[in-house]
Amino acid sequence: MAKITFITTDKEAITLEASSGSVMQLAVDNDVPGIDGDCGGVCSCATCHVHVKPEHMEKTGEASEIENDMLELDDNVNEYSRLCCQLEVSDALDGLELQVAERD
Amino acid sequence: MSQNFSKDQICIVIGASHAGVNFAFSLRKEGWEGRIILFDKDPVFPYHRPPLSKAYLTSNDAIEKNLLKSAESYEKAGIELQLGITVSNIHEHDKCITLTNGTSYKYDQLVMAVGARPIIPPINGLDTANNVFALRTATDVEKIKQSLTQSTQKRVVVIGGGYIGLETAASLKKLGATVTVLEREARILARVTAPEMSDFFEKLHGDNEVSVLTNKNVIEVAHHKNINEVVCADGARYSADIIIVGVGIHVNLELAKQANLEIENGIKVDETAKAKEAIYAIGDCTFHYNPHYGRFIRLESVQNAVDQSKTAAAAICGKHPVYNSIPWFWSDQYDVKLQMVGLSTGYNKVLVRKEIGETTKFSIWYFKDQELLAVDAVNNAKAYVLGTKFIKNRNLIDQEKLVNPNAEFKALNLVQS
Repeated sequence: MAKITFITTDKEAITLEASSGSVMQLAVDNDVPGIDGDCGGVCSCATCHVHVKPEHMEKTGEASEIENDMLELDDNVNEYSRLCCQLEVSDALDGLELQVAERD
Repeated sequence: MSQNFSKDQICIVIGASHAGVNFAFSLRKEGWEGRIILFDKDPVFPYHRPPLSKAYLTSNDAIEKNLLKSAESYEKAGIELQLGITVSNIHEHDKCITLTNGTSYKYDQLVMAVGARPIIPPINGLDTANNVFALRTATDVEKIKQSLTQSTQKRVVVIGGGYIGLETAASLKKLGATVTVLEREARILARVTAPEMSDFFEKLHGDNEVSVLTNKNVIEVAHHKNINEVVCADGARYSADIIIVGVGIHVNLELAKQANLEIENGIKVDETAKAKEAIYAIGDCTFHYNPHYGRFIRLESVQNAVDQSKTAAAAICGKHPVYNSIPWFWSDQYDVKLQMVGLSTGYNKVLVRKEIGETTKFSIWYFKDQELLAVDAVNNAKAYVLGTKFIKNRNLIDQEKLVNPNAEFKALNLVQS
């Protein structure tokens, strides 16, 4: 079981719990604003962009090549960017804090 | 208060797939306070369709893993789902619909997200053959899986070498089937891609031991002792325990005709997705204007369904949105990820950008003279996002640099000032 906190672009903190599935699915199932997951989680739409809290990067690891490429021209990309459809929920993510990225 | 925001109003949505479901949630977000009722004849809780021919077919995951929204989300948003229910009539003068069970519902706004159904071509014997499936719904996939499990020889013939046919072929191969794809045209994906892309995918399937055959016009399905034989115009015959039909779709137009909507290649809508007063249409069923390409088009895609649903929701809530999206698509076959952006129709030049030391990572750029129309990116998300930006901005591309793998693959380097 992992507790994951999403900070929305309106600065609202939403803490959710899950034991499996993708972080994107968790957000969509709970209507976290700004996380759409239009492509269903296959890294094709970039509508699940989050910034990992810098000190939590160890939990998530860095973005993969395809994530970086998908976000390359995004004005809001930074070194903490991830597409959260590529983050699988596990105990290792317990306590994770994610800032929902602004959209271009 | 605007009448659009009245609690007494009812918005009825026919079709609860990508377009209908996204529309319902967008409408709530836009401030609609009245009832929202979604009808769909599919009894399964609304799900993502793209995985059906891919991950859903090859995994043992339940459809619950692929839901568009959770049950709680509908409840929280006050969206009423009526599944397994068929709408039989629209009475536009009375602003009401009738279901096949006779019940009537009044509406103030009606949204047609009626989608399409697979074409079953008029091939002799196809309608009476055993184990013939199209692939459009979760139930179709369940039947295919079951039939494959029960088959001992697992010989599958796929009629049609488009995306659905090819994705299904790749997935069934992964499940242990012997798969033959029969394409009527001289190359697969002929309608949607350049020959370079057809060649790549033909080889990809060949390398994965799926037999892809072109110029194969199926004229008959014969039956011998419970086994289907697929017969082609050239005399070739293929035994099939299972037949998958993937030759395109027909838009569901029956209800639109009843409502006297204008129909061309789909339900004709304006830039706000409106078909006529109090009736909107969204998703695969629409024939809509694309401002970027300057013509009416019909698209079969998640992008179009989602974007049009947002446009219609905003319009119904009194805003004046203009639907103006660059179309994008994707396809996953084996471990190859294909991402497409733009519309290549009308291209007169194709450039291939290769990457040094990579055989399965490249991109195909479609131009009409100097104008970039579309990009197909194979395992190359960077080409896809660059292409998206260039098309949107109508950038002039330095074509020499584009095809030079030593030239840095960066927007600044490729755009001509």
